[in-house]
Amino acid sequence: MTMHSGAKRSLLIAIVVAVALAPLLEWIVKTHSGNYFNGYYLGVLIDIAINIILAVSLNLINGHTGQFSLGHAGFMAVGGYTAAKLTLSLQAAVPVWAQPILFSAALLLGGLAAAVIGLGVGAPSLRLRGDYLAIVTLGFGEIIRVVFQTTDFFGAATGLPAIANWTNFAWAWSLAAVTVFVVACLVNSTYGRGFIATHDDEVAASAMGVNPVRYKVTAFVIGAFFAGIAGGLFAHHKRFLSPTSFDFMKSIDIVVMVILGGMGRTPGVIAAAIILTVLPEALRTFAEYRMIVYSLLIIGLMILRPQGLFTIGKGRTAKV
Amino acid sequence: MTRALLQLENVTIRFGGLTAVSKLDFHLGDQELVGLIGPNGAGKTTVFNLITGVYQPTEGSIQFRGEPTGCLKPHELARRGIARTFQNIRLFPSLTVFDNVRAALQLHREHGIQNALWRGKHFRESEKSVEAQVMELLEIFSLGRVRDEDATSLPYGDQRRLEIVRALATKPKLLCLDEPAAGMNPTEKVELMRLIRFIQEKFQISILLVEHDMKVVMGICQRIGVLDYGIKIAEGTPEEIQKNSKVIEAYLGTEEQLEAEC
Repeated sequence: MTMHSGAKRSLLIAIVVAVALAPLLEWIVKTHSGNYFNGYYLGVLIDIAINIILAVSLNLINGHTGQFSLGHAGFMAVGGYTAAKLTLSLQAAVPVWAQPILFSAALLLGGLAAAVIGLGVGAPSLRLRGDYLAIVTLGFGEIIRVVFQTTDFFGAATGLPAIANWTNFAWAWSLAAVTVFVVACLVNSTYGRGFIATHDDEVAASAMGVNPVRYKVTAFVIGAFFAGIAGGLFAHHKRFLSPTSFDFMKSIDIVVMVILGGMGRTPGVIAAAIILTVLPEALRTFAEYRMIVYSLLIIGLMILRPQGLFTIGKGRTAKV
Repeated sequence: MTRALLQLENVTIRFGGLTAVSKLDFHLGDQELVGLIGPNGAGKTTVFNLITGVYQPTEGSIQFRGEPTGCLKPHELARRGIARTFQNIRLFPSLTVFDNVRAALQLHREHGIQNALWRGKHFRESEKSVEAQVMELLEIFSLGRVRDEDATSLPYGDQRRLEIVRALATKPKLLCLDEPAAGMNPTEKVELMRLIRFIQEKFQISILLVEHDMKVVMGICQRIGVLDYGIKIAEGTPEEIQKNSKVIEAYLGTEEQLEAEC
């Protein structure tokens, strides 16, 4: 109820702040580089925004709607390759002033491609529940990766190099704000209660007129769309796409963010996305132990806080 | 006879070799309060699941408001006006009391995804009207003061009431109550009988009551059907049922059986 009037304003403010901060940060990087804030830190900030998009969109599927998808990296790959291929083939023909238009078109197209694939995968497989859905989505994610790995058009195993460096602070954080807005507004409405009803009890939900399959597919398609957008941002941030960036471990990373943040809680999931982006960077000196830290974190969490790390207050009201 | 709202004709359902319900003819008129009783395992809940679309009959047909329910899914039947409660309470545990009812009202919301995202005037008005409807329903059943509590934190009797409120929020023509008196003490049962009668008068709907408890059924139903081993063995007013020898037999056994047991 609190979201109704303020939500659109918060979104606008977030976008304005992101757009205003971007040149400031880039100016600091250019003039004071090496002192306390350099390009590396700016890169991590953009990584955080991309991971927020991924985690919050997966949270709609795994948290709010209660499905267990393990294929988010697959959707990210579809979006990333689609966007990158489009900008690579058109950037030479486009004048500098039109680059943002091409970039937004590429991101949008990447998102739509991922959403279409999401519909194709989701419509048949969302009739399955729990572990079965997890296995199908896991398989799908691997198929996508292998397809990109073997298709010469997408650079095969060598990957796609020399992608334009268009993702900046403003793009990444504005789109992260849009993702949070869309997911929060969707869930916090009378329409959106259907997602949580589906999560809680499909039989009771359908007896109350909620069509569980429809809600699940909707969540899946919207989640895939934003994963695709994140993929496009990722491609134009790293400037290089390789199929290994989208392997099974990437999907697991995103799932961990959702679980650690407390399924169905957007603020918690955002916090988890930040922590789990910064933590591996901080532990970079012993990066090979990263997975051990991850596993220990999850095991500890399951034992100590099964309701999620950032659960504030009692009960799981799944309010955002 | 009143016009049939719900008509079951020759309905049979088999699970493998087991015939759970056999050749059942049954009907429900407008604003009628009908009970369906029978001993354990008689097929009452199966009939319930047939009416609400959870199962499809192997043979025979079910018509609701003159239309065959055919292969409609439960949510499509809910849209057409059949609401239900569950034998073992199935509220949405992650949602508050208010949101449990709101989730059922989403069937009648005026906004879709676009409005929920745009958050314009239309959306705010639609949400306001939904809130008013939810609160009106909650107040009728004196659950308004616990609107922000978790649904499953309520006392048992309140949870039963909330489940009925949630079913009513779908604005049904037919309300199916599956053993609402289960687990209630005698005082709560009297309270429940009053509540069911009140609902029928207030909302002008038909109620199908599947119940185990004889007192509750005999006390409020206008007509009663009795099932035993999936076959309808009797149908009539409470007085007729009480005197029916087949019913007594089904519930208490025959005299020979009684003697043999003694």
